[in-house]
Amino acid sequence: MSIIDKHKFIERNATLLLVGSLLVVSVGGIVEIAPLFYLENTIEKVEGMRPYSPLELAGRDIYIREGCYVCHSQMIRPFRDEVERYGHYSLAAESMYDHPFQWGSKRTGPDLARVGDRYSNEWHVQHLTEPRDVVPESVMPSYAFLKQIPLKVTDVSMELKANRTVGVPYTDEMIENAKADLSAQADPNADTSALLARYPKAKVGDFDGDPANLTEMDALVAYLQMLGTLVDFSTYDDAAGYR
Amino acid sequence: MELYTAMRHFADSWGLLAMTLFFIGVLVFTLRPGAKASANEAAQIPLKED
Amino acid sequence: MNHVSETIWLAIGTFLALLGAAYAYDSLFAAHMWVLFFVLLVSTILMLRRISFASAGQAPAAAIKSEYFDEVIKYGTIATVFWGVVGFLVGVVIALQLAFPDLNIEPWFNFGRMRPLHTSAVIFAFGGNALIATSFYVVQRTSRARLFGGDLAWFVFWGYQLFIVMAATGYLLGITQSREYAEPEWYVDLWLTIVWVAYLVVFLGTILMRKEPHIYVANWFYLAFIVTIAMLHVVNNLAIPVSFLGVKSYSAFSGVQDALTQWWYGHNAVGFFLTAGFLGMMYYFVPKQAGRPVYSYRLSIIHFWALIFMYIWAGPHHLHYTALPDWAQTLGMVFSIMLWMPSWGGMINGLMTLSGAWDKIRTDPIIRMMVIAIAFYGMSTFEGPMMSVKAVNSLSHYTDWTIGHVHSGALGWVGMITFGAVYYLTPKLWNRNRLYSLDLVNWHFWLATLGIVVYAAVMWVAGVQQGLMWREYDDQGFLVYSFAETVAAMFPYYVLRAVGGVMYLAGGLIMAFNITMTILGYERRERETGAAPALQPAE
Repeated sequence: MSIIDKHKFIERNATLLLVGSLLVVSVGGIVEIAPLFYLENTIEKVEGMRPYSPLELAGRDIYIREGCYVCHSQMIRPFRDEVERYGHYSLAAESMYDHPFQWGSKRTGPDLARVGDRYSNEWHVQHLTEPRDVVPESVMPSYAFLKQIPLKVTDVSMELKANRTVGVPYTDEMIENAKADLSAQADPNADTSALLARYPKAKVGDFDGDPANLTEMDALVAYLQMLGTLVDFSTYDDAAGYR
Repeated sequence: MELYTAMRHFADSWGLLAMTLFFIGVLVFTLRPGAKASANEAAQIPLKED
Repeated sequence: MNHVSETIWLAIGTFLALLGAAYAYDSLFAAHMWVLFFVLLVSTILMLRRISFASAGQAPAAAIKSEYFDEVIKYGTIATVFWGVVGFLVGVVIALQLAFPDLNIEPWFNFGRMRPLHTSAVIFAFGGNALIATSFYVVQRTSRARLFGGDLAWFVFWGYQLFIVMAATGYLLGITQSREYAEPEWYVDLWLTIVWVAYLVVFLGTILMRKEPHIYVANWFYLAFIVTIAMLHVVNNLAIPVSFLGVKSYSAFSGVQDALTQWWYGHNAVGFFLTAGFLGMMYYFVPKQAGRPVYSYRLSIIHFWALIFMYIWAGPHHLHYTALPDWAQTLGMVFSIMLWMPSWGGMINGLMTLSGAWDKIRTDPIIRMMVIAIAFYGMSTFEGPMMSVKAVNSLSHYTDWTIGHVHSGALGWVGMITFGAVYYLTPKLWNRNRLYSLDLVNWHFWLATLGIVVYAAVMWVAGVQQGLMWREYDDQGFLVYSFAETVAAMFPYYVLRAVGGVMYLAGGLIMAFNITMTILGYERRERETGAAPALQPAE
């Protein structure tokens, strides 16, 4: 068999074509993605990051369910205008517990990476209920129904456990107290000291203006109000964090 | 980290060379004079009767 | 062809869906299982009816088995046209929602739930059905072999439709992973994996059984598309479900790794689903309609290897200036720019196939459709590398420029090449002399082309303006515009974009009518050439 004939064989062999294609398309992914997992400096060293509290996680699930990521990014780029508009540029560390990430790809609405603490709870509730009442130019849909629906999470400890399986450091204590923490965070009369010890900087109290009921609105606003508030930037060194 | 450095060096040197050679190989193989007849033959496949 | 076992499987599936609904972990899963239950119940009843009919007409049905298995392709063609119109319609609706937010109907028809419905309907329902149908057609003709696996092809077709229905109803219910173009949750993903493996078996099996010594290059592209999508789909959807009877799952990856995995998937959904697969279509249907072999077969081979090698690296350009490490961004940019070369190699190859037969652009509206598709392929594969340059991307990212770019590729390249293939296929599959009307093809061509031009131009201007407004400073060094002002500035563009979309949708409706009439066997009386009114006879 001459070399030419062997080549013909390759050209005509479907299995080889299959394997060849698969090899060629695997290379890029392996070289680009794999290093991110064990390259230590992919994620900066920061202080203040913690897993989401049960209520925040439930709110995040609603944020995902409603497709907020379709119009809102959570990734501030290191440009002067973005930093002035939205705050310190986003760090990889700030989404280290995000399964999945919510960086987004389009800003039909503004970036939300640091929306936490920027507006009052009342503003958020009003804005989600009737966006054009507070921002006349807005093209956001109304989410008034969130206030009517009681927050139903079958067993929030299961959600925490699933997150732990994929690498979020929820402790046994957090999982045991998940159900109690879920309702305590939005209850103005609850003792939240243990909750705040587990989840420092968590916002507590009634969120949706209806203290008697725990609604989906409570959860979503609790999530929005903590976005970008965790990392302590007074201790963060820009130069050391550059990758 | 060590593994990464080693892989990075490999990717920058021999890995790069191997990929370049592979691609040149594809070019040469495809464009070698003998391939023309076979390519023309294959190109006619769709035009044969349905 | 008695479908007893298939019917039993369907009945079992129906029962399992009922159990799923009864024992669901959360209410969304229960709702989704009820949807599945009714879909499968109707399918089971339809199958039961078929069994009783089949026993009578059994023998002749087997006798007229032709060499090629074309029945499933007929269904695929109809599904392509149907889902195409649905996808375009949803697109027009969400375009209008952005201009007139009162059109949002909470909770099920809010923009956030409708947009995945639109993207999945056009990419996976319209594009996917087109790819499956044409790949089954092309692989049989170029291998000179009947589809491998018998009824497995039916499983691929109906299994894929079930995936579409489950994905679409899931979005409206609020079941999503929030991974763009990979939104369906874990159980729907698992189902698609099964269907996809069956698809690979049918396609590869047919190639292995071929009577032709060569594997024609179109099949290379189709095969790379099937294999790569399988790999991307499995890796990107790795997730841990909260409960096996619940909708919610959490991605196996987090933050920056998750972002790169998703955009490695996302960009290659474009590269392998919307490009490689449709290039397979181009390499068969353009030579076929033009009646000439591809311009350079050897260029097509180089096109193939260069394209699949480079595309897979380009994903990080979706994450420029984000928290993704710089080296990965640079790598993504370099490969994206290099991609320009093989892309234009392929475009030249497609266009030059017509050399010596350029008059056909004037006389044959189907060829014209294919040529404009290739032209848009060239245009968007030039724009893409340009937008992957970090300096350009800093302006274009997060704006409607990206949306415009995507649509010049999707409406122009994917849509038009598919329309061309559908117009070619329909008379062949149903044994008609010709289409019902070539004049209507001509109408479709102009409506679609103008629609795309309006859409892409408007979104380009909108995107650039938006990007510039966000970064505009005044003399004192303050930002000039609040975000809300930049939203208000988009209003006229959003209205015009919807107009472009309506034109494209109108073209799609004309196609649906034309195809329906062709299938029903009508022929509209028209001038022989079917081309634009000629004042004197040609030649």
